Amino acid sequence: MKRETTVWLVVMLVGLAMLVAKGVVSGVGREYVQTEQKRFVQVEVPPPIGADADEKPTTQWLPAADAAARSLTPVPGSTELGWTAESPVTPRAYWEGMKADPSRTDLRLSVPRTIGLWVAAFFTLAIFSFLYRDNPFYKIAEACVVGVSAAYWMVVGFWDVIMPNMMAKLSPDSVRWAIPDVTGEPEWAYTVPLVLSIMLLWRLSPKGAWIARWPLAFIIGTTAGLRLVAFLHTDFLAQIRNSILPLAVVDQTAGFQFWPSFNNIVLVGAVLACLVYFFFSFEHKGFVGGVARGGIWVLMITFGAGFGYTVMGRIALLAIRLEFLMDNWLWLIDPTNIHTKIT
Amino acid sequence: MIEKLNNLDRRWIFLLMFLAVAVPIYVIGKTGKTFPETPSALAKATFDAIDDLPDGSRILLAFDFDPASEGELGPMATAFVRQCAEKKHKMYFLALWPVGPQLIQANIEKVILPDFPSYEYGRDYVNLGFKSGNEGVIKVIVTDLAQLYPADIKGTPVEKIPMMDGIRNIQAMDLIVNVSAGYPGTKEWVQYAVTPYPDKIRIVAGCTGVQAPLLYPYIPQQLPGLLGAIKGAAEYEKLVNDRYGGPHPDPKYLEGLRRMGPQLVAHILMILLIIAGNTLFFLQRRRGTSR
Repeated sequence: MKRETTVWLVVMLVGLAMLVAKGVVSGVGREYVQTEQKRFVQVEVPPPIGADADEKPTTQWLPAADAAARSLTPVPGSTELGWTAESPVTPRAYWEGMKADPSRTDLRLSVPRTIGLWVAAFFTLAIFSFLYRDNPFYKIAEACVVGVSAAYWMVVGFWDVIMPNMMAKLSPDSVRWAIPDVTGEPEWAYTVPLVLSIMLLWRLSPKGAWIARWPLAFIIGTTAGLRLVAFLHTDFLAQIRNSILPLAVVDQTAGFQFWPSFNNIVLVGAVLACLVYFFFSFEHKGFVGGVARGGIWVLMITFGAGFGYTVMGRIALLAIRLEFLMDNWLWLIDPTNIHTKIT
Repeated sequence: MIEKLNNLDRRWIFLLMFLAVAVPIYVIGKTGKTFPETPSALAKATFDAIDDLPDGSRILLAFDFDPASEGELGPMATAFVRQCAEKKHKMYFLALWPVGPQLIQANIEKVILPDFPSYEYGRDYVNLGFKSGNEGVIKVIVTDLAQLYPADIKGTPVEKIPMMDGIRNIQAMDLIVNVSAGYPGTKEWVQYAVTPYPDKIRIVAGCTGVQAPLLYPYIPQQLPGLLGAIKGAAEYEKLVNDRYGGPHPDPKYLEGLRRMGPQLVAHILMILLIIAGNTLFFLQRRRGTSR
């Protein structure tokens, strides 16, 4: 057996043994839910008191308890609708509930949610395993992430863009089954984006791929126009304005302010030094060269600060995954006191 | 020795980093202790922007992030909701990221429902949900909110939501609070909402570490308050807890502070590794020139 295979095997067996021991001794990740029966009936609701005499009763679906409380009788021939709703509860809430009343049936272990928790833990470990070296577990996790992401974006694109922004505008009646609050008449102006969309898809055709260039040109043109103004306004003009600062800050009551003045001098000096570095009409020699070197220092400090922030962000991401493994999955820690055994 | 260190398998570094993050999480998780935090001027500015508003002000909370950045941004999102609720502000939630509404709902269930039971949906807070279109959405709702948000996430028409009464566009908000993980996010809110309407729209934001350096140029005129990554979240949490938490704040409001422990140890390890790497480099160079 190869050395690396042996290492893997030992790590996995030790991990599995520790997991079993932990599960036997003090328990590991489980998810609990509280169930609630929802029942709705179709009833005729009379007009409210004080309504116009010609106003007629309306047929509505109401919770069965509400209908009974208001003495509303179901519409003849209608059937009652009902389902069981589940809401997650913490293990602690489950144990406390069962301790108070062991006969409760609304609190129970949720097998699908528990499987979800363990699958999440498996995928987290599978992704981490890449740090050792590429392996089939990592490949499985990677393929699942890519597949799920692609499918998710497709569904989001369909339900949040195509359905409400195009279908609901062109043919409101045909989508009312899915988007009940759609109102109004068809807006034929939306055939223009429909045609442009079809033209864009022409790119996939073996012939006439050039047709896709027209909607592409439209997209690039409008996006550039929209962003140009915003960038010019926000990142150019406003930034110039923000850089014009008093080098000596004097407060009317407290007099000269040293640190605000120092800050402004550093800020204006750094901006000018960076601008000189990117100014290539003069050779970077003598005074200009010195200032340009100062500009490089400012840029390096900025990149360093950016790198520091990025490191902090990445460590935070690692921390949340380890927290998930230790808290939600292995129950090694319990900072929010949700799964510590009650006595 | 130098040769051996120079060819050190990088997996030892990974293992060290794993331990540097895992051990503090375990210790803090077991003891419940957190490192002390001193709020920076930016965190204070963010806190004051919300706290200085009169009770019952209108706050637009744009949650533009997803579960991938929840570790960094979740604690500050929770703290924002809590401070707004403590101040009895009216909260208008929306998202420019498709998974935003779920994170909004998670925060409502974490903060508002258990700790502020008097808060009523439609009167004190509303979830307007997600709209596709990125910065295009901002560009529209600065002048006409109902055009893109005719109903809330449940499908209730905005005319039937009491707290939407008199809201024609987001210029009616007293403050925008944005939690941003990238595009679209704080940059777009500054570009398309704040800069065109500097006298009417104000924003404070919390963002990921990667974004923070790109947003600093907007401070303070275009962006008076910014929480950068988990450090910003921890500082802001400290301010909120000091004001509203009492002597023993609920552990769910200490997430950011808890996550600063692994940050500290991991950063110390990073610094040591950088020093070690540079020392090795110079030692090797000296040896090379002496040969």
